[in-house]
Amino acid sequence: MTAAMDRRPHPRGPLSRGSLANSAAEHGRTAARPPRTGRILLHVFLIGTSLVWLAPLLYAFYTALRPYQDTAKHGYVSVGGHYGFANFTAAWTQADLPRYFWNSMIITVPALLITLALASMVAFVVARYDFRINIALLMIFTAGNLLPQQAIITPLYKLYQLIPLPDWLAASGKLDDSFIGLILIHVAFQTGFCAFVLSNYMRTIPAELGEAALVDGASAWRQYWQIVLPLCRPVLAALATLEFTWIYNDFFWATVLMQTGDNRPITAALNNLTGEFFVNNNLISAAALIVAIPTLVVFFALQKQFVSGLTLGANKG
Amino acid sequence: MTAPDRKPTERIRSRPRRLSPRDRLTLTLMAGVPTVLTVGFVWLPALLSVVLSFSSWPGIGGIDTIHWIGLQNYRTIFTIYPQFTPAVEHNLLWLAVFFCLPAPFGLFLAVQLDKQIRFSRLYQNVLFLPVVLSLALIGFMTELIFSPTQGLINNLTGHAGQHGMIDWLGDPKLNIWAVLVMACWRQTGYIMIMYLAGLKSVDPAMKEAAALDGANQWQTFRHVVWPALRSINVVVLVITVIESLRAFDIVYVVNKGTNGLQLLSVLVTDNIIGEASRIGFGSALATILLLISMVFIVPYLITVFRKDQRG
Repeated sequence: MTAAMDRRPHPRGPLSRGSLANSAAEHGRTAARPPRTGRILLHVFLIGTSLVWLAPLLYAFYTALRPYQDTAKHGYVSVGGHYGFANFTAAWTQADLPRYFWNSMIITVPALLITLALASMVAFVVARYDFRINIALLMIFTAGNLLPQQAIITPLYKLYQLIPLPDWLAASGKLDDSFIGLILIHVAFQTGFCAFVLSNYMRTIPAELGEAALVDGASAWRQYWQIVLPLCRPVLAALATLEFTWIYNDFFWATVLMQTGDNRPITAALNNLTGEFFVNNNLISAAALIVAIPTLVVFFALQKQFVSGLTLGANKG
Repeated sequence: MTAPDRKPTERIRSRPRRLSPRDRLTLTLMAGVPTVLTVGFVWLPALLSVVLSFSSWPGIGGIDTIHWIGLQNYRTIFTIYPQFTPAVEHNLLWLAVFFCLPAPFGLFLAVQLDKQIRFSRLYQNVLFLPVVLSLALIGFMTELIFSPTQGLINNLTGHAGQHGMIDWLGDPKLNIWAVLVMACWRQTGYIMIMYLAGLKSVDPAMKEAAALDGANQWQTFRHVVWPALRSINVVVLVITVIESLRAFDIVYVVNKGTNGLQLLSVLVTDNIIGEASRIGFGSALATILLLISMVFIVPYLITVFRKDQRG
């Protein structure tokens, strides 16, 4: 990696002098910084990169604003014609998006809650007690989360078809093609990451906090529920944000384990849209952007939690 | 993980007898239920992948229809299965590109954004934005941008007409690159955030001391910042490998992972949900994928948890 950095043609030289000299002053105040060429170059570079980064999304949005007839006539990369939100409303109604949104929620919300509940329990046992199997246990969870999904899908797919479920639990009569099936695999897969992060955090909670309760004869469950868990609220919020997008954005599990169309979550359902509205990129863009709304909302509303969730896991390497 | 973390476990360890039978039951259940779930739905299938890889099973009918055929699946994969070589090549290319572009560029961006410049938060958000989009969605955007007649690139560069049209998504030599551009677009923000977190742990006093000693920015990075990033580098390495092996969604959306976009993950999927369901053969491919990922996961876990035990 170092070698690659050396070769990179970015204007590291001119940037460096200005900004390094500044860095000492920055610790005092940032407002009264003299505009240096280094800083300006850095901003130019970052603005340029940001624009490149936004371009695909902005282009998708621009396409979605235009009716198909206009782009068919003038080409997709053109200006003029009509602009409006007709594609969005069309996608919403014609592509049955509300139903698929609902499917996604039926899967995502329970999967998220169960994952956090189970992960926090494992983490509590591993972090607050000293059993011999703790490390092995945590390894099982952490490594499980790192496996490529495709490495386990073949037998899982077969198992799902063989495990029967009562009709009131799954319309398909088996784990395959059922909401429960998708929820279970998300929980099993994601608990690993959450348990790893939570156990690291719980270990930093001082033992003294539990000792008073212990003297009072509080049970292990009360220690978990009333002492440790409330202290984990910030981590739980971070993980919830992160896991929401991961589970909501899942495409692979849904593609294989949910092959009948009606129960599909929205990301997998979107795949069928391309077949249905083949050349109408305008409508597909609109649908794609609508599908992205929940994760975008979560991201903008909870950026801090989002980023800290990712980095909590990373920091512990 | 750090020194103070050691204390709580030791305190509890000193009086293990405080656990009542009831507490023992509670703790067993708390750890047991999730373990059963993860073992049952992740590790058992992983193990079964290995077992089934020695079999031939159309997947229709009960378990009694399984034929055990030894290493035949592997022999077929390595000798006469035409999709395997391109898939391995594409996975390796994916890994190489992820390693050469998003990893160093993400690090570079993180170092720049760590400089307490104005609007840093805004830049971070923009660069991170693609990470929250689903890869399936990025697959659609790939078509929007790289479609030969309607796409942004060809129309901007004048290659959309009948003459000199570049078929980004149809040409098996080109489409993997189009897909990789979009994959890198997302991956860079991911890596950037990891490094930003790592950079926060670098003591600013050290950087100032280096500056006072007359180190230029590159020297400061090389001798102060980079050594402090060692643990994050391990994480980034593992993420890069795992994400490359998991790659699936974008290519599947673009053309179901055919014609130049074969990946190991796609081959596994094709063998179970394609026209011919071949459970044994798919399992053999999955086992290969499993072995490759284990080569990276096991050393990673050992590093992480050894440090853990030392406290």
